[in-house]
Amino acid sequence: MDNTTPAVALRGITKTFGTVVANHHVDLDIRKGEILALLGENGSGKTTLMNMLSGIYYPDEGQIFINGEEVTIQSPRDAFRYGIGMIHQHFKLVDVFTATENIILGLEEKGRLDRAAASRKIREICDLYGFSIDPDRKIYQMSVSQKQTVEIVKALYRGADILILDEPTAVLTPQETEKLFAVLRNMRADGKAIIIITHKLHEVQALSDRVAVLRKGAYIGEMMTRDTNPQEMTNMMVGHQVSLNIRRPDPVDPKPRIEIKGLTVTSPEGVLKLDHIYFDIRGGEILGIAGISGSGQKELLEAIAGLQRVESGQILYLHDDGRKEELVGRDPLEIQKLGVALSFVPEDRLGMGLVGNMDLSENMMLRSFRAGHSVFTDRKHPHELAEKVVEELEVNTPGVSTPVRRLSGGNVQKVLVGREIASSPKVLLTAYAVRGLDINSSYTIYDLLNQQKEAGVAVVYVGEDLDVLLELADRIVVLCGGRVSGILDGRTADKNEVGMMMTELGGSERIKAKEREE
Amino acid sequence: MSKRKALTWYQAWGIRLIAIVAALVVCAVITSLTTGLNPIEVYATMFAGAFGTTRRMWILGKEVAILLCISLALTPAFRMRFWNLGGEGQILIGALGTAACMIVLGDTLPNVILIPVSIIAAIGCGAVWALIPALCKAKWNTNETLFTLMMNYVATQLVAYYVIVWEVPKGSGKIGIINQSTEAGWLPVIAGNRYLLNILCVAIMTIGMYIYLTYSKHGYEISVVGESVATARYVGIKVGWTIIRTLMLSGAICGFTGYLLVAGTDHTLTTTLAGGQGFTAVMVAWLAKFNPLGMVLSSLLLIFLGRGAGEIATAFSLNQSFGDILTGVILFFIIGSEFFISYKLHFRGSGHKDKDVPETSPNSVTSGTSDGQDSENSKEKREDSANV
Repeated sequence: MDNTTPAVALRGITKTFGTVVANHHVDLDIRKGEILALLGENGSGKTTLMNMLSGIYYPDEGQIFINGEEVTIQSPRDAFRYGIGMIHQHFKLVDVFTATENIILGLEEKGRLDRAAASRKIREICDLYGFSIDPDRKIYQMSVSQKQTVEIVKALYRGADILILDEPTAVLTPQETEKLFAVLRNMRADGKAIIIITHKLHEVQALSDRVAVLRKGAYIGEMMTRDTNPQEMTNMMVGHQVSLNIRRPDPVDPKPRIEIKGLTVTSPEGVLKLDHIYFDIRGGEILGIAGISGSGQKELLEAIAGLQRVESGQILYLHDDGRKEELVGRDPLEIQKLGVALSFVPEDRLGMGLVGNMDLSENMMLRSFRAGHSVFTDRKHPHELAEKVVEELEVNTPGVSTPVRRLSGGNVQKVLVGREIASSPKVLLTAYAVRGLDINSSYTIYDLLNQQKEAGVAVVYVGEDLDVLLELADRIVVLCGGRVSGILDGRTADKNEVGMMMTELGGSERIKAKEREE
Repeated sequence: MSKRKALTWYQAWGIRLIAIVAALVVCAVITSLTTGLNPIEVYATMFAGAFGTTRRMWILGKEVAILLCISLALTPAFRMRFWNLGGEGQILIGALGTAACMIVLGDTLPNVILIPVSIIAAIGCGAVWALIPALCKAKWNTNETLFTLMMNYVATQLVAYYVIVWEVPKGSGKIGIINQSTEAGWLPVIAGNRYLLNILCVAIMTIGMYIYLTYSKHGYEISVVGESVATARYVGIKVGWTIIRTLMLSGAICGFTGYLLVAGTDHTLTTTLAGGQGFTAVMVAWLAKFNPLGMVLSSLLLIFLGRGAGEIATAFSLNQSFGDILTGVILFFIIGSEFFISYKLHFRGSGHKDKDVPETSPNSVTSGTSDGQDSENSKEKREDSANV
C-alpha cells in the first residue's frame, strides 16, 4: 500500500453561490486505509466540499488530485470513474426495485443484463466486508439501516475506493451504528479511503483516525483523533470555548399531568402504530422518548395533541385540582385551551407549526388570531410577541417582518419554541427539537426546555441522539415497534440498555406489571 | 445568481418599467422588420384603439371590470392553493340563474324585487357549482384542477340546453335580447352610462376583497391553509370547512359576474358568454401575485393589449396574429422582469462559467465575498440558488 501519495488531495478549493462563499481555499488530504472525520457546524461547507468530490457541484477555483494526478470531476459519472462514491443523507434509491436492480441502475455494461451475475457479485462484496443484505429484496421492505447498506454496496459495486458518508449514523440505532462501524473498519483494512461527516463527537473518537475541521467554509486544521478530545474539537468547530455539559436540574415536586392508558393507534392503512401504551407525563420533569424513527413517536405526540385518530385507550389530562379530563376525541383547539402545546418538529421543520412564507409576527398569530370577536385579526400583539421572542431568545433575523423560511434552522426552532412557550403551556411536546442544529443552537434549546421544566411544565422530548436523551431527560420511555419497551430513570440508565430496548421488547415484564396495576 | 433581499417598491417598479421599455424596443424592431411599418405609429394606433374615444374608454372600463371581477373570484381560492379553473362554468351557471329569473319572473315581479332575486339566484348557483368540487376536495382530497375544469363542460351543456328551451323565436337556437321591450331585470343606467354601475360594483368588491384577504381572520386562515395544511390542522383551523367556505365565496363572485354579464351588459345568454375570461383571469391573478389591488393593473394591461392588438390588425389590415405576437412579447418581458426582482445575477470574471471550463484558469475572480454573513444563513441561501 502506497501511503505517501494521498488518495485524494484538494488544493485551494473555492466555491461560491452568488455572494455566499461556501468553501474558501480549502486544502485537504485523504489517505488510503484511513478514516477521516470531517467536522464542522451547520453551514460550514462540509457537504458542499464533498459534493464537489462526488461531481454534484463544480469548484470555482482549485485543483483536485486523485492518486497524485490532477482530475476534473464534472459529474457523478466522472466521480465513479475515479472511484469516488458518496452515500448521501437522503438515500437515492427506487423503492419498488430490488437491491440488485438499484445497484446496477444506470451502469452501462455491454451485452445482456445478467441479474444473476450481478446478484452474485453483490453477495461477494457483502461477504468480503461483512454486510448482511438480501440482494433480491425490494427497497420498500427494508429498514433504514438496510437501505443505507444498499447505498454503500452500490458505491463499492461501481469500484469505489474513496467512500464519502454524509451523517450516516443519524438514522441508526447504537447497535446498527456499531455494525456500520465494523464494516467501515473492514473497508479501511482493505485500503479504502473513507470520509465521514458527522456531528457526534463520540463516534468520531470511536471510528476515525484523523479529524479535519471546517468553519464558515474555511479549513481550520486537522489532528490525529488519538491526540484530541471532544472539547478541543468543539472549540475548533465553533471558534470559541463551549461548555459541553447539558444542565439537568432536579425535578421539583413532579406531579402527574397526563395519564396514558392503553393507547392504541392504527394508521389509515390499518397498520398498528401504537399498541396498548401505558405511561404518565409529569409536570416539572423532562420525559424523554427514545426509539428508532417510526416506532410510534409521531403518532403518540399527535394523539395527545388531538391530531391523530385514536383506536382505543385513554389520554387523561389532570387539572391542578385533581380533576381528570379525557383528551381522546377532542379537537386540537380544545386541547390547546387546556394548555397542551405541541411543538412538533418534523423532518422538514417548517412542515408543521410554522408557515415558511409568512413573517415572524404572522407566525406568532397562528396561536392567537382567533382572539376577540372582531372579524379582523389583531396584528399588534403578535408583533409585540415576535419582538419579544427575537430579543429574549436571541433570534438572528433582519427583523420581525422577515419570512421564517429565510431564517436558519436554529433560529426557526427558536421562533417555534418561543411561540409555544409564550402561550404558557402546561405540557410542552417537542420532537426532534435539535435535529440538524449545530452545537450552539442545540444548547439554547436544551436551556429553554430546562427553564420550562423548572417552571413546572411537563416537557416531553422525543429525541434521536441517545447521549443527549441520557443527559437531559429525567425519565426515558423507550418505544419499540409501537409498544413501550421500558421506562427508565434518565440518571441511571445505560446507553446500551436503551439501545437494546429500542430493538427488542426488553421491558415487556415491566409493561405486564403496569397492566396488572390498572 | 442569488436571491435578493426584499427590494423597495420603487426599485421593483423601476425594474418593471425597464422591462416595458425593453419590450417596446423589441416589438418596434419586430414591427419594422416584418411589416415595414413605423413602430411609433403602430403604438399610437394601439393606444388609440384602447383609449382613443370616450366610447372606447367605457368599453375598456367595462371589460376590465368583468375580467377583474372574475380574477377577484379566483383569488381567495388561489391563495389557498386551490386551483379553481372552473371560473367559466361558475360564471355560466350564475348567468343561467339570472336569465331564468329574468325570463320566468320578468312579467310578474317589479324590478325592485326582481333584481335582488336574480342576484341571489346568480350568487347561489355559482356558489353551488363551486361547492361540488370543494366538498369532494375536503372529503376525499380529489384533484380540484381537473374537477373544476370538468364542471365547465357540464355548465356549458346545461346552458346549451336552456338556450333551446327558451329560444326566441322558436327554431332560431338563440335566446336573443331578454325582455327587450320591458327591460325587466336589467341593471339601471346610472349617470347616463350603462356600464358605470358594473364598474362601481367591481371597484367596491376589489377593495372589499383586499380587506377580507389581508385583515380578516378568514383571510388569515386561507393563507395558512394554502401554505401548509399540516400547520393549519395543528393550530386548530378546520381545513375542510375553510376550503368549502372559500370556494363558495369564489363561486359566488363568479356567479355574480355572470349576473353582471346578463343583467348589466349583454342582456342575453349564450354558451360563449364568459368567452374564455375564466382562464384569462387565472393569468391576471398570477401576474398580480394574488393581490386584489395589483389585479386592477394586470387586468387593465391584458385588456389594453387585447384591444390594442385588435385595433392595429384592422387599422393596418394586418392579420390578427401580428397583434398577438406583440402582446406575447410584452407579456414575456413583464413576467420575465419578476425574475430580476427576485434574483440578482453575479458575473464572474473572464466569462468563466460553471462546468464548462476545466479548472485551470488561476486568474478567475470570485465576485462579492460577504464575510459578515452568518454561516447558517448562507446555507439557506445556497439552497435557494441551487433550486433555481
